[in-house]
Amino acid sequence: MKKSLFPVLFAILFITAGFSLTLGKYPVSVAEMLRFFLYKIFHMGNMTDEAVNLFRSILFDIRLPRILAAALIGSSLSVSGAAFQAMFVNPLVSPGLLGVLAGASFGAAMSMVFLKSWFAVQIFTFAFGLIAVLIAVLIAKMYKGNTILLLVLGGVISGALFTSLLSIIKYIADPYNQLPAIVQWLMGGISLVDRSTLLVAGIPQVVSIILMILFSGYLNALSMGDEEARSLGIPVERIRMLLIFLATLMSALTVVLAGMIGWVGLIIPHIARMLVGPDNKVLVPACAFIGAIYLIVVDDVSRMLFNVEIPIGITTSLIGIPFLIIILRQAKKGWN
Amino acid sequence: MELKPLIKVEGMSFGYNRKTVLDNINLSIAAGEIVTLLGPNGCGKSTLIKLMLGLLSPARGGIFFNGENIMKVGSKALAKEIAYVPQTHKSSFPYTVRDVVLMGRIPHKTFFFRYSRSDLSIASDALERLSIGHLANRAYTEISGGERQLTLIARSLAQGARTFIMDEPASGLDYGNQLRLLDQIIKLSREGYTFIKSTHSPEHALWIADHAIMIKNGTIVADGKCDDVISNENLFHLYNARVSVLKLNGSFRVCVPQTICGCTKHSHSPEQALVTIAEKTKDMDQKRRRFV
Repeated sequence: MKKSLFPVLFAILFITAGFSLTLGKYPVSVAEMLRFFLYKIFHMGNMTDEAVNLFRSILFDIRLPRILAAALIGSSLSVSGAAFQAMFVNPLVSPGLLGVLAGASFGAAMSMVFLKSWFAVQIFTFAFGLIAVLIAVLIAKMYKGNTILLLVLGGVISGALFTSLLSIIKYIADPYNQLPAIVQWLMGGISLVDRSTLLVAGIPQVVSIILMILFSGYLNALSMGDEEARSLGIPVERIRMLLIFLATLMSALTVVLAGMIGWVGLIIPHIARMLVGPDNKVLVPACAFIGAIYLIVVDDVSRMLFNVEIPIGITTSLIGIPFLIIILRQAKKGWN
Repeated sequence: MELKPLIKVEGMSFGYNRKTVLDNINLSIAAGEIVTLLGPNGCGKSTLIKLMLGLLSPARGGIFFNGENIMKVGSKALAKEIAYVPQTHKSSFPYTVRDVVLMGRIPHKTFFFRYSRSDLSIASDALERLSIGHLANRAYTEISGGERQLTLIARSLAQGARTFIMDEPASGLDYGNQLRLLDQIIKLSREGYTFIKSTHSPEHALWIADHAIMIKNGTIVADGKCDDVISNENLFHLYNARVSVLKLNGSFRVCVPQTICGCTKHSHSPEQALVTIAEKTKDMDQKRRRFV
């Protein structure tokens, strides 16, 4: 089964993405879409210029960036979730553990209130995501002792700090324009993604996902505890900091793209573990695919279920909660 | 002729937060020995083990492996020589036994790595050598404590190390698994592997170890041949418990606690009990001879 796993996952991802292109307010059938692609790429068949322009704008300008963004966000959150779960030796950890999401939300809200430029919002979101994790790491470094536990505590402190700072921003924000914008941002949404943001955020995301997959061989040993990992000749501190940096980079960029999207980084690693087992060398790449597929589907649900689009952060939590309850039953086996 | 020591600890001290845990430790371990570290809880055994693995760095003095200071040997190079068998523990994730053994190949890998076919066959060989090949695909979290301990030894074999440092390997194992573990240690020791293990059971040391080191309050109180070191006086000094070390026929020795042996249920003193056992064995030997 393992040999055919990745081709199968890739095929499912490709089909899901392709099918999602046809979904939306303006109905496009699969046949129409295929005809458009054939015409566009191979110059086969006939189409009017008007139809070509229409399809190009719907498929390429509106839907494709959104689907790509959903895939990247799903992958990033799942991969960083899986890596964090292994590194922190705890299957209930999610990518927000070290405060990256709290920091990024604060950065976004603050720049929305004080700076008001879209570009600044993106920069500050990213920067404060990194700063929050840096603070967590520095707090952990202040003391000697169990590094994993200290990092978690550092993350709790840093997360709490930025959550309170965010409350201050919300409190002083203009309640008619700024506050709703902040609240909506925090609920998460992929509708704002445009091509240039996708390019700027997507490339480092793809690179860090690939790097994380390449480093995944260390994760099994790291999850056995620091001393054991070090006795296996692994420079634990250095590798862990590198992996935390990669995970933070990709998670902060998901907030830049689409605000806060919760639960994905917690559930997908569990679903993937049920499918491919706990070996991180297989699990991490599997998470990259399954996370992408999951978020594309959830985004489809968010925009198609009702007349009005539901913020995707809400959908992921609503789907995530029952999922987690089911998974807990299944996964309990290996935890005791 | 004095053998060249494999591991030599010279004038080493170590402390956590100004509190001295180990003070002026000097010891030397020869290749192929089974060494047992004995001492009450909190005496510094585990700290000494971590120091010998290079996980902690000594405050003073040094630890030398084959004449080289282990703090100067890279952690990868050291991992190819010395393997750590931690106390039996559960992982948080149900990795297969094979995955756990494969971790032993990490010191032989470069930066980004995937396990090769030869790594897989080394891992299978290691499992077979400990007769647990049938467990390869089982979840490490679901096998017994004894099987987990054997898996960790298999990982050390896959690591290619010739020196195994074990922290209370028998703790938490049932009686049968303890004996099977000791069997495996003897078997590997005959093949030239060196074992350094801490234990709370002086009998385990008497049964399999060549060399015993007693540690109390961070200093070595006795160091030498196992049969010399593990004596009534030393055990009393170390554990504050009265124990008789008795020699059975041949060189086999057992520990008999005096307080229990002298109480109501057992009216004999340990020495009297031994005589009775010896007479019975003699008796049985004679009967057997008559049959033959």
